[in-house]
Amino acid sequence: MPIHDQGYRRFTGTREPRGRAWLVIMKAGIRSTLARKWLRVILLASWAQFLVRAVVMYFTTTYGQLASSILATNAQTFREFLERQDIFVFFITIFVGAGLIANDRRANALQIYLSKPLTRAEYIAGKAGTLLVFLVGVTWLPAILLLAVQTMLAGNFTFVRANAFLLPAITVYAALQVLLATFTMLALSSLSKSARFVSIMYAGVIFFTDAVFGMLKFLVRASGASMVSPTQSLAQIGDVIFRVPPRHDTPVVLSLVVVLGLIALSVLVLERRIRGVEVVA
Amino acid sequence: MAETGTPTEPEVVAADDVVSLRSVSVAYGRNFALRDVTASFGAGAVGLLGPNGAGKSTMIKALLGFIAPTSGSMRVMGLDVAESPLEIRARIGYMPENDAHTPGMSAVAFVGYCGELAGLKPVDAMQRAHEVLYYVGLGEARYRNVETYSTGMKQRIKLAQALVHDPDLLFLDEPTNGMDPKGRDEMLELIRDLGHNKGVNLILCSHLLPDVEYCCERVVVMDKARIVAAGPIAELKGPRGRVFEVRAKWGHDQLVTAYRAAGYDCHETDEDVMRVFVPEGQGPRDLFALAAREGLQLRHLRPSVPTLEDAFARAVGEE
Repeated sequence: MPIHDQGYRRFTGTREPRGRAWLVIMKAGIRSTLARKWLRVILLASWAQFLVRAVVMYFTTTYGQLASSILATNAQTFREFLERQDIFVFFITIFVGAGLIANDRRANALQIYLSKPLTRAEYIAGKAGTLLVFLVGVTWLPAILLLAVQTMLAGNFTFVRANAFLLPAITVYAALQVLLATFTMLALSSLSKSARFVSIMYAGVIFFTDAVFGMLKFLVRASGASMVSPTQSLAQIGDVIFRVPPRHDTPVVLSLVVVLGLIALSVLVLERRIRGVEVVA
Repeated sequence: MAETGTPTEPEVVAADDVVSLRSVSVAYGRNFALRDVTASFGAGAVGLLGPNGAGKSTMIKALLGFIAPTSGSMRVMGLDVAESPLEIRARIGYMPENDAHTPGMSAVAFVGYCGELAGLKPVDAMQRAHEVLYYVGLGEARYRNVETYSTGMKQRIKLAQALVHDPDLLFLDEPTNGMDPKGRDEMLELIRDLGHNKGVNLILCSHLLPDVEYCCERVVVMDKARIVAAGPIAELKGPRGRVFEVRAKWGHDQLVTAYRAAGYDCHETDEDVMRVFVPEGQGPRDLFALAAREGLQLRHLRPSVPTLEDAFARAVGEE
């Protein structure tokens, strides 16, 4: 007896309201990403800085003589914390993001996705959500927890009150950091069918633009050309957000235009590349 | 089904059609993939037949909303494709022509995932995934990664993902591509079962005439971006006995030329066998007489049953 004689039944249950497909995509993306051993290792490593800083906070709050030392917690601590997490943002963006769309393109999955009742925006939101969750998990989340640890160890709100701008500063900077990484990577991922090639492209964009900036800085002996590098532009914005002296001569508005422009350009690329059928006219 | 016109003329769009197109044109740059197409597909199993490049897949993709037509309008189950694409996609299943799956997933996870994307609750999606995988014959292999599947298994899983949310209409784009004879037969059996016993409307897009003939009662024939024939297959084939298989002892090409000059529709099927369509009121005697006039001798003449292949050949004007 052929196995298909076991029958096909019509579905009589209820269906979910539309507009939740992005959540389905995001959950599936997170599940499949967490199944990768190397990524779990990177995620664990990314919290090492948090642990170290929490221990330092413990000592500076417990032993008063350290309170005025270089180890003392201030706004700069959080600025440095987020900046040092950049390396993990880079690796997680590559490990999680490179294949998000490229693998779907390789397996012709886009026509499967878009033949279901979901929009292209939902598909992009689901894919972006997957990467955002991991990036937020290594930037905003530990930074906020660090602020909470500082408050708990101090036993009062003096530090938080004195640095009331820190919560929005951490949120805004982390948002810019993860949105820039996410949309740049998704745009690159939509341009190729090879996750490996996408990783190389992303690393190339980051390192090449930084190298160009370094060269220009060396040639003109000024840092006004930081706008050629997305990471330097983000760093410049970060300095202003955390109220520390800006490291480059570039106006912060210009740096903001670079970062937001890059995000907008990435969205434009995604809008053009995410289609059910690739039309070569 | 609205095949109300003569069998070889494009049908007229009727209100109760499952799918209808009115003056639809789709162009890739300067090349038209669909040119002013007006067609309708009624309930049940309908074949969309045509040679490669005829515009079949383009029509399906336009109906799915993947490609915006340059002109014309399309309706699927009473809904306008341009206005309600999501409502339409919630009620249809699409089995694409080429390999398509979500990488890194087992079959059951992939089909369940597709069910969730189509709006099923996770528990329902997983239950349906198991059911449809058994139905398409992948029950024993459902925990294997899809990427390890053979071509035939990949065809089956594409059907499973198209079925998981229980669509009212299925678009099947070349579903037997790359399958071995046994697998092909099983796939056709499944499609026939869906269309005839399970109440699923389906449009079977294929260039393989036997596949369409086996699964469908009606057919829409496309060629060069246009509809060239539409109607019930039985009608398109024409009445029995008007087609003859003919073989000459020699002068095969001369005989073909003579028959065509006499107004017979004649096309070659084998090295030395031709199929000749004899007009109303004429018969085998006329074929013998014409051959004799040419000084040729017929060694084989057998009345034949008109096939869909004949109808297709007539419609697309093949020799």
